[in-house]
Amino acid sequence: MADTTEHGADPEHEGGTRRDFLYLTTAAVGVVGLGVAVWPFINSMNPAADTLALATVDVDLSALEVGQAITVMWQGKPVFIRYRTPEEIAEAESVDPAILPDPQTDAERFPVEPNYMVVVGICTHLGCVPLGQKSTDPRGDYGGYFCPCHGSHYDTSGRIRQGPAPENLLVPEYTFVEEQQIVIGEA
Amino acid sequence: MAHGSSAVEYRNPAVRWIDRRLPIFSMMHREYGEFPTPRNFNYLWNFGALAMFFLVLMIATGVMLAMHYTPSTDQAFASVERIMRDVNGGWLLRYLHMNGASFFFIVVYIHMFRGLYYGSYKAPRELLWMLGVVIFLLMMATAFMGYVLPWGQMSYWGATVITNLFSTIPWVGDAIVTWLWGGFSVDNPTLNRFFSLHFLLPFVILGVVVLHIAALHVTGSNNPTGIEPKGPQDTLPFHPYYTMKDTFGLAVCLILFSIMVFFAPNFMGHPDNYIPANPLVTPSHIVPEWYFLPFYAILRAVTFNFLFIPAELGGVILMFGSIIVLFFVSWLDTSKVRSAKYRPVYKWFFWLFVIDVLVLGYMGSQPAEGINVLIAQLATLYYFLHFLVVLPLLGKFERPKPLPRSIAEAVLPRGRSAAGMAAAPAE
Repeated sequence: MADTTEHGADPEHEGGTRRDFLYLTTAAVGVVGLGVAVWPFINSMNPAADTLALATVDVDLSALEVGQAITVMWQGKPVFIRYRTPEEIAEAESVDPAILPDPQTDAERFPVEPNYMVVVGICTHLGCVPLGQKSTDPRGDYGGYFCPCHGSHYDTSGRIRQGPAPENLLVPEYTFVEEQQIVIGEA
Repeated sequence: MAHGSSAVEYRNPAVRWIDRRLPIFSMMHREYGEFPTPRNFNYLWNFGALAMFFLVLMIATGVMLAMHYTPSTDQAFASVERIMRDVNGGWLLRYLHMNGASFFFIVVYIHMFRGLYYGSYKAPRELLWMLGVVIFLLMMATAFMGYVLPWGQMSYWGATVITNLFSTIPWVGDAIVTWLWGGFSVDNPTLNRFFSLHFLLPFVILGVVVLHIAALHVTGSNNPTGIEPKGPQDTLPFHPYYTMKDTFGLAVCLILFSIMVFFAPNFMGHPDNYIPANPLVTPSHIVPEWYFLPFYAILRAVTFNFLFIPAELGGVILMFGSIIVLFFVSWLDTSKVRSAKYRPVYKWFFWLFVIDVLVLGYMGSQPAEGINVLIAQLATLYYFLHFLVVLPLLGKFERPKPLPRSIAEAVLPRGRSAAGMAAAPAE
């Protein structure tokens, strides 16, 4: 109520009185104190420790033969892992990135071990799960994945080639802890 | 409304625009700014504001806890432990909520005893007091159901004992209990409905609190002398005098609260409630939370059949009666004088009553055996004698001390009150 006529500034102290100063400092301390008190409430909505503990997933690739694919769940999302054939790799590497909607070379996507394609299996258009993991699935015009929702075609590197999706299939952070063992979710 | 005596022209155009259409700024100014408040409040008049603070704290922490809690017999206990161990700051939210409940009751009990001592329930504040009793009843229901949610041993067996009270009602008792449980024992349906109601009732409490405050702002506050303010010399504007006093009281209260939350968070709880509920094993000694102990003692005090009323039903009647009687205090107390300050005999009976309630509380925490039963019975008898015999008779036989002519005369040094206190009080 500092702006009512009754509580107006003293005309002799145009720049503000001691009382104004005290009001402002008190209010400032109050606001900071409230902010500090509110933080635990807001922070409690962040992912909890047990949720974070499930933020990475270990995947053993040793059972995977050339041409086979598996799907694993990581942070509630499907991750497509494919042991690509030499032809698929060659095809992925042969594309000129300049012609792509989302230009990226295959080596930029899978720099460590090009034999394995690891992508998040969620179409970048509206979040459907593309087909192509099973041998009976349609794999689109470019031999990778085909999204049945709105017809996006992905190539053998998981890059968008045709259709409404704006971006390539996301490559999650992952590392090889052994030759045929990866941890997804850890750079 | 906006053009009452307190109409204020606001300089800020946005505030002025809003206030002409919805006078919330004028209302706040009238009810919390210049609101004439007796000048002689002592610190016991902090406890209404403190209760409001704890209600808000309980709702705030409770809403956050509900985001992580799972109301299912399989997962309730584990979800509470997950809150304690994994949720960011979950331990803090839960300990604030647990100890907040205890502090809410401490603060409200002091608030109620304040009302009894200073006669705040007398005309014209009868309805104000009765709304307070409604809030108290709602608090008890809310606290009881909240204690069931962690699904520990005390949760389960407390719920079993208290819901079984209703089975003592003649003829329809068993049907009512089955209806309350949603089954044939306290189980998943019971837990689910208790969670739903535990979330709902605090907002009902908030609504009744609004009525409580609205009624308060019609009659104005009582004060330690119990006599009504007779003019501006007897009052102070609520702001800054009582906003400051309430803030200071809140700071002191929060220091004590923090000591409990951070250094003794389980002091007022029961270790048994950290054992998951087990319908096959009853704890050796079932005790409710401390704030229910006096009423629990009254419940157990009836160990004999009275006429056609079996003992169990008698206990239930007396337990509910001990709270129902509070609704009628305004009429049971026949004295015209409000404050115990001017009632030399009532003052002693008041403290006797306080001791009686403390004795009942202690007896409620002890096993009901041997001498304890007799003490609890005598204390229960006195509880009702105080309201049904002492209060009506005292008004007839007690000779009150002479009342001062005004609050100013009572609280200011002799001579100064004659000046009328026209000048603003010293800053």
